[in-house]
Amino acid sequence: MLFSALQQDRPLQLILLLLAVVTIVIPVCNLVFAPGSALYFSAYTVSLIGKYLTFALLALSLDLVWGYCGILVLGQGAFFALGGYAMGMYLMRQIGSRGVYGDPVLPDFMVFLNWKELPWYWHGFDHFGFAMLMVMLVPGLLAFVFGWLAFRSRVTGVYLSIITQALTYALMLAFFRNEMGFGGNNGLTDFKDIIGFNLQSDAVRACLLLFSGLALITSLLACRWLVSTKLGRVVTALRDHESRVRFLGYRVELFKLWVFVLSAMLAGIAGALYVPQVGIINPSEFSPLHSLELVVWVAVGGRGTLYGAIIGAILVNFCKTLLTGLLPEIWLFSLGAMFILVTVFLPDGLAGLSFNKLRLKQS
Amino acid sequence: MSETLIDRYHTFDFVKRPVLAGELDISHRTILYMEDVSVSFDGFKALNNLSLYIDSGELRCLIGPNGAGKTTLMDVITGKTRPDSGLVYFGQTMNCLAMDEPSIAQAGICRKFQKPSVFEQLNVSENLELAMHVDKRVWTTLLASLNAAQQERIDEVMETIGLQDMRHQQAGVLSHGQKQWLEIGMLLMQEPKLMLVDEPVAGMTHQEVDRTAELLLSLRGKHSIIVVEHDMEFVRSIANQVTVLHEGAVLTEGSMDEVQNDPRVIQVYLGDATC
Repeated sequence: MLFSALQQDRPLQLILLLLAVVTIVIPVCNLVFAPGSALYFSAYTVSLIGKYLTFALLALSLDLVWGYCGILVLGQGAFFALGGYAMGMYLMRQIGSRGVYGDPVLPDFMVFLNWKELPWYWHGFDHFGFAMLMVMLVPGLLAFVFGWLAFRSRVTGVYLSIITQALTYALMLAFFRNEMGFGGNNGLTDFKDIIGFNLQSDAVRACLLLFSGLALITSLLACRWLVSTKLGRVVTALRDHESRVRFLGYRVELFKLWVFVLSAMLAGIAGALYVPQVGIINPSEFSPLHSLELVVWVAVGGRGTLYGAIIGAILVNFCKTLLTGLLPEIWLFSLGAMFILVTVFLPDGLAGLSFNKLRLKQS
Repeated sequence: MSETLIDRYHTFDFVKRPVLAGELDISHRTILYMEDVSVSFDGFKALNNLSLYIDSGELRCLIGPNGAGKTTLMDVITGKTRPDSGLVYFGQTMNCLAMDEPSIAQAGICRKFQKPSVFEQLNVSENLELAMHVDKRVWTTLLASLNAAQQERIDEVMETIGLQDMRHQQAGVLSHGQKQWLEIGMLLMQEPKLMLVDEPVAGMTHQEVDRTAELLLSLRGKHSIIVVEHDMEFVRSIANQVTVLHEGAVLTEGSMDEVQNDPRVIQVYLGDATC
């Protein structure tokens, strides 16, 4: 079923091919060629591309829930940040006694706060497997509880969007507090190793990019499969006509719930891949602004296509890197302009544009 | 003990036929009971102590002027609106007021809406597939694929509603009449025991109206059907039993001729048309 869905989806094939090339070529060139060679990609480029790929995965997760399920989540960044924190906690525990205070168990900020022992929720994070489980479980659980309550009470539309925004804002305020035990304002940083390998080394950075790319490709295929199943059609139907689907005998709230949970888990994975590549996670990742920017990525790329979200995320972030470097003060204006232009002239985003062109060529 | 022996309304347990949960019991021929149902919206009584009984296999037409409570009545049966008081039973055993919309739909009460509400982004065949009477839980839906019998059923229904050549058309591009037909097709796919059909011929051409009447007549006996319609000619062509609603209550019941000659009906409803 996935195969036949792929065959019809030309733009998706193209994006998959591009992603595969990027995922393989950049790390290999970085490791094989010497600096100065024309084919060499610097360590900076490698982490930058790796970061873009995690953003693309985040955008993909939003497109699944917004583009197909019709739930405009304005707090998707919360799940991303939670996944990031879970990874950050593992990386903190990996530091061991190499911290500034040299405590073998407690991370530096806890020693600084005069804490004597590790809070219960930090236990287990020294195991990589456990931490990876939490990367998916914690965002998934939060989405489950939140979605269960919201969808059962039939909260929809703009009200739901605002509540999700409030959720991420509340989490941001909570994580800012030192008593929470997540490093407060400064967050978690100063990471050294990941499963015993030095995070600063070229090989590890190349591997992180590779894993980000693989995670993105796998998730893209999984999401494409999901929307081509009958469940995908039910979800599309309820996006357009929720009560009608209910009268057909489907428990609409459960369908929405599972898609929402899946999307939160994908966002969590994206966050976990993001943190080791940028080297820090702090509460500002929960900021509602990040979640809103994410909506712009998906809108620019085109929602409801999956690959559109990926194009949008990479393109907007590339512009961001370029503009914040050259003319930092105009970045926010251009982001706003981009959003307005796309909404007015390209309601289907860039994906809509490319799709129309492909169709024109065929006919 | 003696009290229960004297009590003429007491039924002893050994007389009662056990009915499995979720099973429709129509041993008394009546498929739908509505008793003393009242619904009010901000003081306006949309339904006022309405009582209505539908026999199994019957095709019943509901008529009445605008605001008589026809759509509210359908909302109550399908669980969309909760009445302030009254009883609604599906068969002998199923209490509709204790069930939510999906369970009522799964129990076999299916509804066609006044405004055609097909899924415009999906094609004709997919619309029918979603309506199909199968296990509709999340995981089974995720892994569901059409078997030969199901595919055949979809083809059959597509033929019945005359859309067999448009199976891959998006429902959004269908004409109004075709959307109405697709809705009826979706209703058929659900294998309903009781069909609620709200204004099936609104906006249809003459030929389409005739075909709809034919279709509904062919379903009589196999399904119990309640049709709400304004088109009197259409109602006359299909109904043997007509119920007239007025101000949220049943005004009268009977054959089309009886009803049309009832002075009260003429006064509240047909009166306007004749003078």
